[in-house]
Order: sequence, then structure tokens, then C-alpha cells
Amino acid sequence: MDSAYIQIGNLELALAALLMLINLGLSAWLRLGLGRQLVLASVRMSVQLLLVGLILEWIFALRNPWVVLLLAMIMGTTAGIAAVGRTGRRFPGIYRNSLLNVLFASFLVTGLAGQGIIRFQPWYDPQYFIPLLGMLLGNALTGISLALDRFMENLVSRRAFIESMLCLGATRWEAAHREVKDAVRTGMIPIINAMMVMGVVSLPGMMTGQILAGADPADAVRYQIVIVFMIAASTALGTLGVVMMSFFSMFSSRHRLLSAQLLRTQSE
Amino acid sequence: MTPGEAWAVSGPSGSGKTLLLRCLAALDPLDEGRILFEGRDTETINVPAYRARVLYLHQQPAFFEGTVEENLRAVLALAQHSGREFDQAWISGTLERLGKSPDFLQRPISALSGGEAQIVAFLRGLQISPTLLLLDEPTAALDPEAVGQIESLIEAWQAADPEHSLLWVSHDQGQLERMTSRRLLLGDG
Repeated sequence: MDSAYIQIGNLELALAALLMLINLGLSAWLRLGLGRQLVLASVRMSVQLLLVGLILEWIFALRNPWVVLLLAMIMGTTAGIAAVGRTGRRFPGIYRNSLLNVLFASFLVTGLAGQGIIRFQPWYDPQYFIPLLGMLLGNALTGISLALDRFMENLVSRRAFIESMLCLGATRWEAAHREVKDAVRTGMIPIINAMMVMGVVSLPGMMTGQILAGADPADAVRYQIVIVFMIAASTALGTLGVVMMSFFSMFSSRHRLLSAQLLRTQSE
Repeated sequence: MTPGEAWAVSGPSGSGKTLLLRCLAALDPLDEGRILFEGRDTETINVPAYRARVLYLHQQPAFFEGTVEENLRAVLALAQHSGREFDQAWISGTLERLGKSPDFLQRPISALSGGEAQIVAFLRGLQISPTLLLLDEPTAALDPEAVGQIESLIEAWQAADPEHSLLWVSHDQGQLERMTSRRLLLGDG
């Protein structure tokens, strides 16, 4: 490992945690009632990251393809479930749709770009495979979650129009293609927005991390560009895939909108 | 039901009048039994083609943002109606009979009253020449003038072909007596 960067020890971690006093102070002053949640979120974030650091260290040392794949599957499954967790409605098969598309899009793009562009060897080298996959999963999760939510809300709010078109002889696709396109567009907006301002408003985390770790900024930028293209591709694939699968889940082959399947989540 | 008949569907609230019409329009699945249209099971025939002939119209029509004409033309863009032209003469003649000016077609949907929106919904549906109308209280929320206009549209459609048939759900007994000749009474669902 390159050690051309300043190491952060436990004392520095503790000092950084003091920054949370700003949040806690604001919460107390403005009576936001966020104190407990802020402490809980800080503890959870720290424990989760420290644990994942330990696991990654172990996996990096082990370099076993099955262990790497197992971790990748756990990450992908968590992302697939989390994407549904943020939606306001559910239908039977929504978890399957989300899981399959998160996994398919992220693994496919990691595989293609990892072996076709970055060309790390072996293919499962955890130093590359895990962080790349993680970044794709995180972004695909957001895209899929937004697109699913939008698609279901569209089906509810535009049900009368969709059924009117079906009644007039429209196929299920003719009746609902606007809603499908709108949902896919919604899922793609965050990454497009991020790309628009990247380097001007925001310096991406991965690039910043590489620079802090001593990498040449030009190299870090090139890596970042590759990663952003990978993220855009996997988000597009995942978003389109999940909306199309959900379209087939919500419309029967007899061109019926199965709106009775669409249930609000209890938190709503 | 035989071609040319006009049936009133009545029954208490919750007796399943809307559900019956939605099932006939193939919008909801059947729990049991079969629906035969011209001797063929509706669960096995081409659904868009069937719906183009058996048209379900209800109380609250829905459109996309745009003008009346854009909404009428959008239906003709469906694959089911390929080859069918926008019938300007029929539309204009019908609007004239209803006392609507020619610029009615250019009005935005959002500017229409409830009665005008229902007239557009009927024009949108009748232009594709359905054989059977399933009417689910289409005039329930309208003023008497608009009710008269909708009824005259339906009478003209019935008169155009002796095979044109309808099933009409309404709580207006006078309307059912005017517009239908047979009665289907549903029980408690």
C-alpha cells in the first residue's frame, strides 16, 4: 500500500466526532428534536464503516474468488432490498424485480468495464472489484428506488387515463408507455445532474480519496471519469430493467392494469 | 343480450353494477363464469380489438393535457385503429348539433366544464365506431342541459345502426325509462 498520505488514528477519529457537536448544538438550540437520531446515526455509521474496514482487510488478504463473490452478493442483495425500502407502495414481485436488476446491472457493468477497460487481474481482485461494485450498487439503488416509486405513483395518479386508453383499444404498452418513460427519466436524473456539475460544484469522493492517498490528480480524474460512465451505464440498465419488469408485473397479458396489487407501505 | 337492445342496470349501492361493467370491458378479471361476445369467450379473444367494439364510459373521463382535437386524434394513433382517419365532417356536424362553435376543437381540455369533458369523452369513443356501449353513470354529475346533449349523442349513435346496443347504469329512473327498454336488476352483490 502507498503510504504517501497522512494516517488517521483513533485520536483523530475522536476529534472528528467532535464536529457532530455542531449538529447537536443546532438541534438543541432550534429544538429540532434530532439529538437522539444524530447520535444513533453517528454511532451506526462509525461502527458499520469500522466493521467493513476489518472485513475488507480480511478479504484483501485472503484474495479468494468465492469470498469476494459472497461479499458482492451480500452487498447486491442489500442494495436490492434497500431500493424497495424507500418506495411508498409495493406490489407482489417488487423485491424480485429490484434484486434482479440491481445485481444484473451492477455485475454486468463491473465485469465489462473491469475486464474491458481497467483490466485488473485476477478478475476478482478485491481491491478493484469490491469498491467498483459498491459505487455502482449505491447509484443503481438510488436510480431504481426513484424510478420504481415514480412508476407506481404514476400508475395510481394516472389510472383513470390509462384505463380510458385501454378501453379505447390501446395495448398495455400504448396505454402506459408515458408512465414507463417518465419513471426511467426520473431514475436517471440524479446521475445526469451529478455529471453536469462534477468538478465544478462537486469533487467526487473517489477522486478526492485517491488524491488524498497520494495518486496523481490526472490519474485520479481519469479513474473518476471511467467510474462515472460505469455508474451512468449501470443506473440506466438497472432503472430501465426494473421499470420494464414492473410494467409486466402491473399489467396482465390481457391488457389489464392490476391496480389492486398496488398497496401503500405501512409507513406512509 | 342480443344486438340492438338497450338494457338498464340497476341495483343498490355495492351490488356490483360498476364491477359488472368493468368485467364486461375486460378491465377486471372474472372470479367465475364466462363472458361470450359474438359466441366467443372474452378471455381468449384479442382484448384491444374487443374493447374497441365494447366501449366502457364512466362518470369521470380522463384526458392528457392538450386540446380537444389532440385528445380525439390520439386515439386514432393506436395500432388498433390504424387506417382510420379523423372524421372532421362527423365531428364538426356533431358539435354543431350540440351547439358548440367550431373552435371548440382547439380548446384546452383543462378549460372544459364537466359536461363538455363528457361530450369529448363520448366523441373520443364514438369516433371508433363501437358496437356496444357500457355506460356507468356518465351523466350523474352533469346539469340538465349537458345530460340532454349526452342523451342526444347516444340516440344518434343508436339510430346509426340497428345493431348498436347498450348497458346503462344510472340512478336516474326517468333517464333509464327514456333510454332503455329492458332492465337488469342486481341483488346485494
